[in-house]
Amino acid sequence: MGAICVMPFAGAETLALDAVARRVALLTSRPVHLTEPLRCAESAYDPSRDQYNSRHLLQLLHEARPTSAERIVGIASVDLFIPVLTFVFGEAQLDGSAAVVSSLRLDNRFYGLPADTARLETRLVTEVVHELGHTFGLRHCGASRCVMNRSTYVEEIDLKDESFCVQCASKVQPTDPARGL
Amino acid sequence: MVELHGRILVVDDEQSVRESLREWFTKDDHEVETAADAQEALAKLQNRPGEWDVALVDIKMPGMDGMELQRHIRAQDPNVLVIMITAYAAVDTAVSALKAGAYDYVTKPFDPDLLSQLIRAALVERRAQREARGVVKRSHEDPGPEIIGRSHAMQEVYELIQTVAPTDSTVVIRGESGTGKELVARAIHARSKRRYFPLIPVNCGALAESILESELFGHERGAFTGAHYRRKGKLEMAHGGTLFLDEIGNIARKTQMDLLRVLETKQFTRLGGSEVVTVDFRVVCATNRNLERALQEGDFLEELYYRINVFTITLPALRERRGDIPLLVDHFVGKYAAVMSKPVEGVTPEALDRLMRHPWPGNVRELENAVERAMVVGEPPLLRVRDFSLRLNGGAAHVGDSLEDVELEHIRRVLHEQDWDITRSAQLLGINRVTLYNKIKKYGLRRA
Repeated sequence: MGAICVMPFAGAETLALDAVARRVALLTSRPVHLTEPLRCAESAYDPSRDQYNSRHLLQLLHEARPTSAERIVGIASVDLFIPVLTFVFGEAQLDGSAAVVSSLRLDNRFYGLPADTARLETRLVTEVVHELGHTFGLRHCGASRCVMNRSTYVEEIDLKDESFCVQCASKVQPTDPARGL
Repeated sequence: MVELHGRILVVDDEQSVRESLREWFTKDDHEVETAADAQEALAKLQNRPGEWDVALVDIKMPGMDGMELQRHIRAQDPNVLVIMITAYAAVDTAVSALKAGAYDYVTKPFDPDLLSQLIRAALVERRAQREARGVVKRSHEDPGPEIIGRSHAMQEVYELIQTVAPTDSTVVIRGESGTGKELVARAIHARSKRRYFPLIPVNCGALAESILESELFGHERGAFTGAHYRRKGKLEMAHGGTLFLDEIGNIARKTQMDLLRVLETKQFTRLGGSEVVTVDFRVVCATNRNLERALQEGDFLEELYYRINVFTITLPALRERRGDIPLLVDHFVGKYAAVMSKPVEGVTPEALDRLMRHPWPGNVRELENAVERAMVVGEPPLLRVRDFSLRLNGGAAHVGDSLEDVELEHIRRVLHEQDWDITRSAQLLGINRVTLYNKIKKYGLRRA
């Protein structure tokens, strides 16, 4: 069964990544390994936007993926964009092997609100599972509580669960559940 | 929210824009094609005439520009909705495009929330066009969440949902905690004309007054220290859709007054702002509080009560519809068997008997939690009594007060005492065997 590698970018190590990795393992029914931070993200920086191009980060992650891992998800704490949009919470290769999520816009402090570490962790887990869902080939789901429901606004993330709906789960579940975590 | 899937053509000479939008729309399960210039776009439109919903067209392109392309598209297929893509400096040109018949325009780079809303609105319009022409029928759409239960009380609830859903009336859903009020709100939304837009739930009881105000109304940039960005409130998020105000009976009086004003005018200002925001949503409320008593005690604003109390749906407690417990158990076992990939097929007759006797003060939510827990600890193929962590002590459990509850308990006891001899049990109960069989079926009774 394919393991998932969680790789922070420099600056994201301060997040509660152990806890995030444990929750992601439970939600995807796969072993999850947390690795050392990746320090070469500067090539993705676009000074004209003061943001990081998530496409470039996906390429870096794809190249950094350990052979033991089937998928890799990068955790960043900087602002991400794709060329045509003002920002993205994260991005993934559809039916691919790499995904990236940023904590920046998931943090209440970004919006001038008091810090809420529990909510930040839950939002981060939700977005990581969502982007990983894309790497399993899942599209956005119409079930309002499903983690694969589209969120374009931070508080929409709070309206859904961090788990897959029954239909989406059936496409993500490993074929041999007995081997578990 | 019911998902709409369309066929979208992206026309832009920048490869990064085409690729980004192709991936963005593909993840929404739209069918997407891209074109680098006007000629390629027209060729693609011509290849599948009448099949396109939306064309996103960059205004500034080498060769034939977006304005000219729009005219050609409209001549070729007047039903395609054209959204112009413009750089910030070219907004005047975009406005000209609107006058020439474009559906709307977006300025690069797009806000993902705005892009999402714009595409949804365009596809709703295309859907309406097709419905008007009889090309599509609503019956093929997702009917919303499945509500489980065949009891008389639930049949009445279904009828009320069907009656009120297509109207735009405000609905109050009453019922104890855990009876499924949000599920009913979602069912109403899914059957309403607002189904393509979101249902936004607000748990009024869980939030302090100051936070609820910000949750509902949002805030402007600079509203307070650290507010670097404008933040939408739930009222704005619900635009076009349904606002579900859960535990409305628990809102503080000041927020009740603010809410009343919004419900009357559908207008408000964000915290720290002066711009008037106009919204359009339907209101569905839920409460487990006796609103009439709250009104008498002065805890609930009379005007707000009359504003929301248009149509009421009251949900029965689970103990008032025990006959639905076997169905609900089967449903939850099936659900968690799929989620956990565990081939559990159901529960043993002994376990079902215990579940039927439990008072379920937490209603369906408590039952679902009990089944989920049992699915974790239990082994296939059947969940046993010991897999459920309920304090179940048979006859000591509280029996509901309704006639149905008393009848169910009485029939169960007689059947048990007569070792399920149907003829003897029917004689003792003073009914014929067919009636007894019907009642066994109705209440889902099974021999332990």
